[in-house]
Amino acid sequence: MRLRQKSKNTFSEERVIPPRIGLLWLLGAVVLVLSPHLLRQPLWLSLFCLAVLGWRGFQLLRNWPAVNKWIRIFFTFAGFIAVLRSYGTITGRDAGLALLTVMLCLKLLEMKTQRDTMLVIFIGYFLVIGQFLYDQAIFIGLYLFLAVLVLTTALIFLNHPGSQRSHWRYNIKTAGGMLLQAMPMMVLLFILFPRIPGPLWGLPNQETMGRTGLSDEMSLGSITNLVNSEEIAFRAAFETDIPPANQLYWRGPVLWHTTGRHWRGIAETDPLTQRPPPDFTASGEASLYTVTLEPHDKRWLFALDLPASISIAARSRVDYQLLATKKVTELTRYQASSYLQYQVSSLAPDLETIALHLPLRANPRTRQLAQEWRQKGLSTNEIVTRAMAYISEGNFFYTRQPPALTGPNPVDSFLFDTKRGFCEHYAASFTTLMRAAGIPARVITGYQGGELNTQGNYLLVRQSDAHAWSEVWLDDRGWVRIDPTSLIPVENVETTIDASRFRSTLAKSLRYGDISWLTRGLSQMRQNWDAVNHAWNQWILGYGPETQDEFLTKLGLGKMNWQQIIALMFGLIILVLLPVAAYLLLRQAPATDPVNRLYQRFCQQLAKRGLPLKPGEGPVDYANRIITAQPEWASPVQQITALYTALRYAKVSHHEQFLELKNRVADFKP
Amino acid sequence: MSQIHTQMQQVVSQTGSVILGKETPIRLALTCLLARGHLLIEDLPGVGKTMLAHVLATSLGLKFNRIQFTNDLLPADILGTAVFERESGEFKFHPGPIFTQVILADEINRATPKSQSALLEAMEEHQVTVEGETRPLPEPFFVIATQNPSYQVGTFPLPESQLDRFLMRIELGYPDADAERNLLAGRDRREMLAELKPVMSPETLQQAQQAATEVHTSDALLDYIQALLTFSRQSPYFLTGLSPRAGLALVQAARAWALLAGRDHVLPEDVQQVLPHVVAHRLQGSGVKEGSSETSTTTALIQVFSEVPIP
Repeated sequence: MRLRQKSKNTFSEERVIPPRIGLLWLLGAVVLVLSPHLLRQPLWLSLFCLAVLGWRGFQLLRNWPAVNKWIRIFFTFAGFIAVLRSYGTITGRDAGLALLTVMLCLKLLEMKTQRDTMLVIFIGYFLVIGQFLYDQAIFIGLYLFLAVLVLTTALIFLNHPGSQRSHWRYNIKTAGGMLLQAMPMMVLLFILFPRIPGPLWGLPNQETMGRTGLSDEMSLGSITNLVNSEEIAFRAAFETDIPPANQLYWRGPVLWHTTGRHWRGIAETDPLTQRPPPDFTASGEASLYTVTLEPHDKRWLFALDLPASISIAARSRVDYQLLATKKVTELTRYQASSYLQYQVSSLAPDLETIALHLPLRANPRTRQLAQEWRQKGLSTNEIVTRAMAYISEGNFFYTRQPPALTGPNPVDSFLFDTKRGFCEHYAASFTTLMRAAGIPARVITGYQGGELNTQGNYLLVRQSDAHAWSEVWLDDRGWVRIDPTSLIPVENVETTIDASRFRSTLAKSLRYGDISWLTRGLSQMRQNWDAVNHAWNQWILGYGPETQDEFLTKLGLGKMNWQQIIALMFGLIILVLLPVAAYLLLRQAPATDPVNRLYQRFCQQLAKRGLPLKPGEGPVDYANRIITAQPEWASPVQQITALYTALRYAKVSHHEQFLELKNRVADFKP
Repeated sequence: MSQIHTQMQQVVSQTGSVILGKETPIRLALTCLLARGHLLIEDLPGVGKTMLAHVLATSLGLKFNRIQFTNDLLPADILGTAVFERESGEFKFHPGPIFTQVILADEINRATPKSQSALLEAMEEHQVTVEGETRPLPEPFFVIATQNPSYQVGTFPLPESQLDRFLMRIELGYPDADAERNLLAGRDRREMLAELKPVMSPETLQQAQQAATEVHTSDALLDYIQALLTFSRQSPYFLTGLSPRAGLALVQAARAWALLAGRDHVLPEDVQQVLPHVVAHRLQGSGVKEGSSETSTTTALIQVFSEVPIP
């Protein structure tokens, strides 16, 4: 019988019908939570969600009928199968979240009781977290904060029935208050929670794979995609002075091998990759800077020519290309130093062979031109100068839409016929020409320049800054950088004005300090916004093991292992929560009224003997309970209670009564 | 003061000699009367609701009328009506049963809302307006309404706004085994009723009512009452909180209860004693904590007030 009664009580919560206003708020919150997911998920899922939300909305507002149970069962299976068909699986990030979305919608359809709404709310919170698996930008963070706020407001509407009559603004305020109260805890956990190496939201993700970026192969024309992209490659904050723009060559993959058309770097399997880079002598001050690199799913890191040191696990290859130990799949921060004036000491013979190699039959006219120069008895330096002059004075044009080089000898066609191209064409052709003349040469890819953000005092390098240039080996000067693209006369640079290019054209014009107040204002705004993003990347998303360590050291908490950090974290949490809990528990304790204080002492005496005052128990009831339990105390207990009630509740009371109470409480030793 | 107290004790004991084993409901009914409030008794037929009203009225020496509410009862049946008199050639007002001191509105929820509201207006205003003429009701004026549990067929439950007019709502319940045995073995109740003598005069009653308003409520006690009101407004168990009027009712009832206990000041226990009967009919459960039947609902709900600490 008792058991049955009990189960009835537990189920009674299920029977509670949630209020309509609460359900409407919940629907709104679900719309907010689902919207960013729906933009990404398949069309059928988005349409299904919209249909369910619409139906549910009309059900609430216009009393549409509820959906039949068999239809819901059908949709459950159909949704399951549809997810399986769309994704080929039901696990993993994408399929898992899609399945969760389907199930949330189905739960909305059958949502009837208080318990159902709780389930919907908590799935909602989970989906909010799910969104961070895709995007951690500031806007998304702010948006999801809003979603959590609305979700919490719905929770209040549904769980605190008195709230239905109060104004929604009051409930939002309550929800906001709750979130604000959670804020210190959030900050504490964020700072102290031990970080494992790896992204905060680490998942093997599909995202970086399709990212535009450099590759360690080049075939004429493949960089066209790059110049179109305004995506950010990395940001570099300088501790020393920012070098002039014509020195800002960010070194990326170095390409050695060529087939005449294709260029590629030293293969991973090649023993050459294990060889340390040759020494170089540097002059002048080193540039010190911190790079925040966007994930590009390749191992290479970027540094100014020539890199001397780097703060993270990476090695410098024989051609000074920096490689991280693993792929860059998350936002990565590192400090590096570079010397802008340098001289490399030696070129190993096997490398010289590679740097001189050209395919035998390809590009005969180029080889012929180089041979002519050689036969004229020109020195190496003179040949380089002649080649540079050939490009600067040879009526070459810079264009982003060059004519196709389809023939078997692309360098020949470029140098002698079309004469139109961009950095890649120039770098590849110049290097080929140098090799043909017997001068060791290689192609360097990377980024050139960068937009100075005056707000955050750092350089912003975009994918559109991708570049390729040449390096030639001169016996007296070592490897020398030659950027053939920069030799083109300014009037030969084609500018395109079609709409799709407008943004980058605008960006370019801004970069060159263009004039009008509008462009300046725009540039200011862009810079401010990017500075905020940079800070967010650096301090929130980039808060990894190293930054944490650094930050804790600054706080004087360095040299702690993660166990100690966890201990510290819980210590701090307890330190924060204990006074709050104590305040809440002992709120009525500090009685300022002396009469009350005496009575409390009396209660404490009795509590020690196992008869504490129950919450909400009046003094007379308490006295009666004590006398029933311990009849021998009847007289003092009755007297004290009588004095206390008289002092506390009667119209007139005398000081003598107070003194008597004081004595009696002092004498009372049960 | 002590004379009043003695007389009131006599009222209680005399009523208790007829209504056996129901001292608390009797004291509560008397409390309600002392606080100048109207009383709603809600229980099954045959547990002695009418008898209680009648005995109380007789013991207090008050005029007593009874109206049986039925679904064809009209307002005029309660208030009275103007009748044309041939001799004088004019309309003369024939007062209805409401012109009395204690009125028992039996099974008030069997009448239509229109008739109910006629009575409820009289309760609020202590006067009735018939044919454009306002007539005061005798003092003291006290309504004891009885109500069947609303799940019985053919009832029009009173809306919340009208329930609010009753200061207190009590339940009688079945007598316990001993009391029931005495009842079965004892004399005929109607005979006993006929023999009853008033033990208190209406004037004394009015003095007692005045004395009840003068019972002291200390700051500490008012703090406690405010804590209770705040609790009802913040608690998830109730759909709506207690109104300020409910707070006033609580103070009045607690004062009268203290007076009945012979004290000149109110203790928290007094508040706790009257609280369920003052607030239960003004509160609606939110459904968070609900049992199966109406009665257990209120009991369960009111118990949550014991969580409120006494300041």
